[in-house]
Amino acid sequence: MIKSKLLNSLTRTLSGIGYRMIERIWRLGAGARLFFLTIFYSGESFKRFHLTLREIYFTGVMSLLIIVVSAFFVGMVLALQGYNTLQKYGSSEAIGVLVALSLVRELGPVVTALLFAGRAGTAITAEIGLMKTTEQLSAMEMMAVNPIARVIAPRFWAGVISMPILATLFSMVGILGGYIVAVPLIGVDDGAFWSQMQANVDFRLDIVNGLIKSLVFGVACTMIALFEGFDAPPTAEGVSRATTRTVVISSLTVLALDFVLTSFMLVI
Amino acid sequence: MNTNIVEIDNLSFGYKGRLLHKGINMVFPRGKVVAIMGGSGSGKTTLLRLIGGQIKPSKGKVRVDGEVVHEQDRDGIYKLRRKMGMLFQHGALFTDLSVFDNVAFPMRELTNLPESMIRDLVLMKLNAVGLRGAYNFMPTELSGGMARRVALARAVALDPNIIMYDEPFAGLDPISMGVICDLIRSLNDALGATSIIVSHDVKETFLIADYVYFVANGEVAAEGTPHDLMQSTLPFVHQFVHGEKDGPVPFHYPASNYQAELLGHKSAK
Repeated sequence: MIKSKLLNSLTRTLSGIGYRMIERIWRLGAGARLFFLTIFYSGESFKRFHLTLREIYFTGVMSLLIIVVSAFFVGMVLALQGYNTLQKYGSSEAIGVLVALSLVRELGPVVTALLFAGRAGTAITAEIGLMKTTEQLSAMEMMAVNPIARVIAPRFWAGVISMPILATLFSMVGILGGYIVAVPLIGVDDGAFWSQMQANVDFRLDIVNGLIKSLVFGVACTMIALFEGFDAPPTAEGVSRATTRTVVISSLTVLALDFVLTSFMLVI
Repeated sequence: MNTNIVEIDNLSFGYKGRLLHKGINMVFPRGKVVAIMGGSGSGKTTLLRLIGGQIKPSKGKVRVDGEVVHEQDRDGIYKLRRKMGMLFQHGALFTDLSVFDNVAFPMRELTNLPESMIRDLVLMKLNAVGLRGAYNFMPTELSGGMARRVALARAVALDPNIIMYDEPFAGLDPISMGVICDLIRSLNDALGATSIIVSHDVKETFLIADYVYFVANGEVAAEGTPHDLMQSTLPFVHQFVHGEKDGPVPFHYPASNYQAELLGHKSAK
């Protein structure tokens, strides 16, 4: 009796694990399929660029406030913490280099992507999920209008275009925040701050690599947001869970991709 | 030209191991208003989705204007759908577009008409449903009945041959119901279209339908003109048409013996 109960419990556990694994692989496949269909039907997004421009406004321009404010504080904290450590080794004049390299190589692309996922990503997921729930996507299909070409692709390209621009702005404002703390507040030499930065920040190795990272993060975060909305069950609970999944999966994906890309960039 | 614009031939459909339709046969003649009625969960809306090519049948064929719907590729299905208009249960208006832009949407997406002509056509469609004065409202500013009428204007924007209605009377007040009823009939006759109505509102549907199919247990349980069905002595049709509480569709969902369940619960305590 105990043996059979144990066996039943083990069987249930194993089949539960198997079911969850199969479901995740299925979702990965469905996500990849949506990605390829989005690229395939992207012609409309560029032929009728006003559709994409509208989405750039909602995903990019509307995210400016949170990006700029966050960047400012991140830059200030970097300068504070950086100075605290550097002055022990008599290298406080390198504070500009520290702030710039940290932002341009890592914090700019990564923090921008995390903020983007939290603000714009959840908005995209909720919007697409609600369009599905209220049968707007079905209505489009029945009108012989491809919802992937009309709804998904413009939002995808808006995210891909917005992310590097937002990441660049993040780095610029962060450097400004670092400057304000380092020079007028702490008293680091103005000339040393900028000249060291100019000498040690490389365009290809630092700035271009940072832009490549932000582009990859843009593709990942936007596609995750779109897929979660498109695949969400058409109920209030379904849409709410989808928006949570967007933030969690986007964040983990960005951090994992950051490690992979950084490894490749350091080798190359 | 075939007198029937839509033909459902020995159709079977099911999912998750449950067969929803078993060998259904229906025809929808050109220019007529045909209703599909039945209880909740009988697969009426699924039939509309099969006609529209959103899902594929397990067996049998659905033909629209002579073409088998589920054998078409994506371009073929879109070509067929340009002959169709559909009114969804809650309207399915695009919430980020105004009333005007909602009705103009299919014209802008599927035709190369100049904006001046689109403007005139949109105003004509809105006038036909009595909402020309509301052209600049957003969908959130509309009542349920108004939203349904705008959705109807959008469904007939390109003068389709087939107009499908999914529960067009659900949740409407009596006046709005009467308006939608009248619009369905008048638009059908004005456009020379074929209307397929899925509904379980007997009074309104029987007022405008030329022919009615009753679907139950995955089959066509009865069919005929509204007059024939009102006189029908078939138990299911009689219960449905007269709204009787009990009959072939029982009031109680299958359960164990009531007394035994109560007493069993008390002795367990």
